[in-house]
Amino acid sequence: MSGAWFVLTRVARDRSALLGLVLILGLVIVAVGAPLFATHPEDVFELHPAKRLRAPSAEAWLGTDRMGSDIYSRLLFGARITIVIGVIAVGASLIIGVPLGLIAGYYQNWFSDLLMRVSDVFLAVPQVVLAIAIAQTLGPSLPNVILALSVTYWPWFARIVYAETRSLQKEVFIESTAALGASPWRLTALHVLPNIVSPIIVRASIGMGFTILTAAALGFLGLGPPPPTPEWGRTIAEAREFLPDAWWYALAPGLAIFLTVMGFNLLGDGLRDVLDPRLRRGRSASDG
Amino acid sequence: MAEGRGEGQAPALQLLSVRGLEVSFATDRGPARVLDGISLEIAAGEVVGLVGESGCGKTTLARAILGVLPAGAACVHAGEIVFQGRDLLREPPDVVNDRVRGRAITFIPQDPFSSFNPVFSVGTQLMDLMKWKSPRRQGGDGGTHWPALLQGYPRARYRADRESVLDVLRAAQIPEPERALGRLPHEFSGGQRQRLMIAMALLPRPDLIIADEPTTALDVTIQAQILRLLRQLVKERGVSVLFTTHDLGTAHEICDRIVVMYAGQEMESAPTEAFFRRPAHPYTRRLLESLPSADGVIRDIPGEVPSLIDPPSGCRFHPRCDYVTAACRAFLPEAYDVGPAHDVRCHHPLAAAAGSVT
Repeated sequence: MSGAWFVLTRVARDRSALLGLVLILGLVIVAVGAPLFATHPEDVFELHPAKRLRAPSAEAWLGTDRMGSDIYSRLLFGARITIVIGVIAVGASLIIGVPLGLIAGYYQNWFSDLLMRVSDVFLAVPQVVLAIAIAQTLGPSLPNVILALSVTYWPWFARIVYAETRSLQKEVFIESTAALGASPWRLTALHVLPNIVSPIIVRASIGMGFTILTAAALGFLGLGPPPPTPEWGRTIAEAREFLPDAWWYALAPGLAIFLTVMGFNLLGDGLRDVLDPRLRRGRSASDG
Repeated sequence: MAEGRGEGQAPALQLLSVRGLEVSFATDRGPARVLDGISLEIAAGEVVGLVGESGCGKTTLARAILGVLPAGAACVHAGEIVFQGRDLLREPPDVVNDRVRGRAITFIPQDPFSSFNPVFSVGTQLMDLMKWKSPRRQGGDGGTHWPALLQGYPRARYRADRESVLDVLRAAQIPEPERALGRLPHEFSGGQRQRLMIAMALLPRPDLIIADEPTTALDVTIQAQILRLLRQLVKERGVSVLFTTHDLGTAHEICDRIVVMYAGQEMESAPTEAFFRRPAHPYTRRLLESLPSADGVIRDIPGEVPSLIDPPSGCRFHPRCDYVTAACRAFLPEAYDVGPAHDVRCHHPLAAAAGSVT
């Protein structure tokens, strides 16, 4: 508990990290309270062709889209999709990547080599391209987007966890725990994992931004959840053809994506600064 | 039990006897014989110093006794490590793990800075050790591994163990032991962390502590304090210590007996007093002369530590020795008895009178 409080106060002292935190909290509040904040919650699924492509006004704060729906309301509900995609995709990547990295880092045998080569393959292909290929093959839908993102993002976690586990393996406290007879499970779950939480958290935060951006790209390319889902990337794609006249149409979701991704990146960078020196301070470099 | 090899010795009295231990490490240029038939005896309650230059195999010997040689890289070819009448190399690993390592034999590491897990409080780590290695825990539930994750810590034993942890912390002169338990390792100074390490090594009430250069990472002024504390604590409890160091001053401070190691072999073994007054091995003498003296002249030992991959024939020290003869080049010397508890592995041990260095 005191550890979490310590991190929070340190983040609050770092201006850009605080901004990131505020942006993300804002996103979460907006997503959770979407039905409360939306001026036209029914517009997510209802069409009003008579009101199409209206400029921002007191009635439709951010204007209306090509179907005459309120962009502001759709944007709020889009935040829910964004968060669901980000959390589940990063969560799944964690669930796949962290145990694989721990196992590979602990045993350091053929399995580690195999895992690293496999992750090399994943990392060598640009992530968007790979995600597009997967989403295209499986067909456009929300679960498939999440699947495509999880499949492409887990190697990052596996790599980080593998490298950290490997270097921890040489620390005397891990070696002696092993020498005292701790089982591999106990050693990795209770002794190694707590030491590598901070790089994982940092990577997860940056990964949220990255995943959300990729999800928006997939949506833009028509590989995201099908309409009328108010997904941000798809909204931008729709807005493209009206861009010269209805500038507000693309601006709103574009700004939303920008602020969300920036929020996660700023927080990730801030957490890196806050978490790393604290954990490194106690350790000095030395050979065994 | 003790067949062959050391015929002249009386192994029954020894707590630990290492006999003819050979360990090699695989390298790109072939196997390096890091331990080359070393023998060593430690009696109950005795503090033995293992002295030698860097790379002579001190740490490897310490690790071999603990049974924590890097698996895969190191290979034990021959020899035995008899502890309390049982050869640790031939005991089932489960038994060694459960009854010996971390219980009967504990360890004080070289570097107190990287030896605590930085994310857990000191109390958590000490109690975690006691959960498994407390003298109150009736051993022998070995075997099954995974339920250990779920195994609880019986309340009554926890309280009793906590008391003994606090007692040992007080004995190790940790200020405010109760509060110290709640602190993280980085909140302690180097000296205090090493005191905590000593406390940790004493907690399971071991018979033997292996201390691998426990003071090299510390300030010189702190070193002396820690050494005195360690000596006092082990003497009170009758614990034997194998103390490795490259610093003869440190060895003089703490040891009852000193063993000099060179290229994976023991060269001379003598009570501390005799070791400094009457060194019998030319290497020992050179080592003593290399200590910085008041006249400001530092005499190093000419030549280099020999290659362990392709060691010199005969006596390992002969290329650097002033008294080298044909016999030295041809034959590996046996251990000769030159005084009470004073053995030397040399064809031409120096006369007692000749080697008076102080």
